[in-house]
Amino acid sequence: MSNDGQPAQDPLIDEAQAEQRRSAAARLFDIRRVIGGLFVAYGVIVTLIGIFDSRAEIDKAEGVRINLWAGLAMLVFGLLMLLWQWLRPAEAPDPNERQPDA
Amino acid sequence: MDGDGLRLNMNGLDYLILALYFVTVLGVGFAARRAIRTSVDFFLSGRSLPAWVTGLAFVSANLGALEIIGMAANGAQYGVMTVHYYWIGAVPAMVFLGIVMMPFYYGSKVRSVPEYLRLRFNRPTHLLNAISFAVAQVLIAGVNLYALALVMQALLGWPLWTAIVVGAAIVLAYITIGGLSGAIYNEVLQFFVILAGLIPVTVIGLVKVGGWNGLMDAVGDTKLGEAGLHAWQDTGSTANPLGAHWIGIVFGLGFVLSFGYWTTNFAEVQRALSAKNMSAARRTPIIAAYPKLFIPLVTVIPGLVALVTVKGLGAESGDLQYNNAIPLLMRDLLPNGVLGVAVTGLLASFMAGMAANVSGFNTVFTYDIWQAYIRRDRSDEHYLRVGRWATVAAVVIGIGTAFIAAGFSNIMNYIQALFSVFNAPLFATFIIGMFWKRMSALAGFWSLLLGTLVSLSLYLLYKGGVVDFNSDLEESFWGAGLAFVTAVVVAVIVTPLTAPKRDEELRGLVYGMGGVDLKGDVLAGDAAWYRSPVLLGLIAVALAALFYIPVF
Repeated sequence: MSNDGQPAQDPLIDEAQAEQRRSAAARLFDIRRVIGGLFVAYGVIVTLIGIFDSRAEIDKAEGVRINLWAGLAMLVFGLLMLLWQWLRPAEAPDPNERQPDA
Repeated sequence: MDGDGLRLNMNGLDYLILALYFVTVLGVGFAARRAIRTSVDFFLSGRSLPAWVTGLAFVSANLGALEIIGMAANGAQYGVMTVHYYWIGAVPAMVFLGIVMMPFYYGSKVRSVPEYLRLRFNRPTHLLNAISFAVAQVLIAGVNLYALALVMQALLGWPLWTAIVVGAAIVLAYITIGGLSGAIYNEVLQFFVILAGLIPVTVIGLVKVGGWNGLMDAVGDTKLGEAGLHAWQDTGSTANPLGAHWIGIVFGLGFVLSFGYWTTNFAEVQRALSAKNMSAARRTPIIAAYPKLFIPLVTVIPGLVALVTVKGLGAESGDLQYNNAIPLLMRDLLPNGVLGVAVTGLLASFMAGMAANVSGFNTVFTYDIWQAYIRRDRSDEHYLRVGRWATVAAVVIGIGTAFIAAGFSNIMNYIQALFSVFNAPLFATFIIGMFWKRMSALAGFWSLLLGTLVSLSLYLLYKGGVVDFNSDLEESFWGAGLAFVTAVVVAVIVTPLTAPKRDEELRGLVYGMGGVDLKGDVLAGDAAWYRSPVLLGLIAVALAALFYIPVF
């Protein structure tokens, strides 16, 4: 990593910076997959509940079929997250491949 | 909250939704473990995260359930004026952090906020701040844990201690295993789950009262009356629901309290330090400002709906306290299914809040106390191990402080008092130190110490009945203001009497001294105009101002 315009020196910080070369952060998975997965699961469960909602449950929610709508909304949101990840996969955060200061 | 009045009618499917969430959270913790080899991986996610992730984690770290439940309670008690906590009391400070302060934090490669003080001033200032931060974090973690347990007890009927231990165990597991990456990734997930829980409550609540106009009409007929619909109109005096003059709102809340909290609180700043480059670090709090602009829609509106629809809301004790505004609406309006999502969202928000405290604590303890003063020059693996044990210690102490918090009747005021004591003098010391290069190391120490002592003494005198204020809120405003002024005065008096720091020691730490590289590690796409921190920040501030127009 380039050190142009290096700010104040400090041994503790320099040590930590040196350790950065061993970093395994590039192996971090993409959170979009988890968010997408959980919301798809929630969407399916809540939509199904919504389809079979009884009159009493709809009346409790002021006549809104809230389970159906909320379920579908979560399903769409989850799928969008997965689609986003599929269309624009994460650039691996590898410190060695970063451009030096532009 | 006692008795069965708030008990929700959860069924098996609701519990399935809750269980799925717990399993996912733990899974994220385990999966993040692969990405940890060094202490920087554990404490700062290897400085590798994209801005949208750190930005959402930044807002989520603040979106503890205390915040959600407390702001809905304020919505019911003070009306629309509650938006001040968001639009003037948060957004400008977040933008300032991103545009002005982040270049010094991120550019100097410090690993924590106290570490900045060590470089800018001296080791005593550093140690003082590191210890007070560590203590404050475990106290606040205890408050979050206790509040979590109260809600689980009231809504689900779990015994208090079971709820405390279960909540603590889950947070402990995913941070000890997954480090900051585990915490941040879960915060991003929590952000969406919290919204998924709050939006249905808001929507059905609005349907029930006949939409926005119906709500406005109905609020006019409550004890809050017409005054509950305006943010600024009656602030020429203190005869408004919040009891605050506009000068107090702008300078007390908008400047001292808000800048103190958002710009120097390491539990927040840590999220930005884990970003992958300077541009992403600067955008972190600014990206967070956008959701923050809209959160009042799902907190203040449910508060107002509860005020209108729940008869007798606002009792001193029992089930009808303002704090129960959102749980009461959940009970009355949500059928099974979305109910499970809403309960999950509420629990998620408690965990988000506590996880932020714990991950801030373990970093400061390891880097700023253990490595700097107790065991220097050990291997990186040693500090990684210390970090994991510090996490365990923080959670165990948090369980202890949860029982301390149980002794306070109003936990929100306890939190406000903590902030006015710790954050206001810290902010004053920071802001002078960042912009006045002459400020000496000793001046930094005395500013911080005396500012903290003044605010603490005022709080104790108020509690002891020696000094009188209209409300706890007014005390915390005065405490913060006095601490700020004290710190400034001390800095101005002590600096000329003591030796300055050499210029080269201040490179990258003080405004105008050079050494700050705004394009550090720049990535190809970062030059795009829509990724400009300054532009994004100015738009956020402009939106905050515009949002006030319909509720002036």
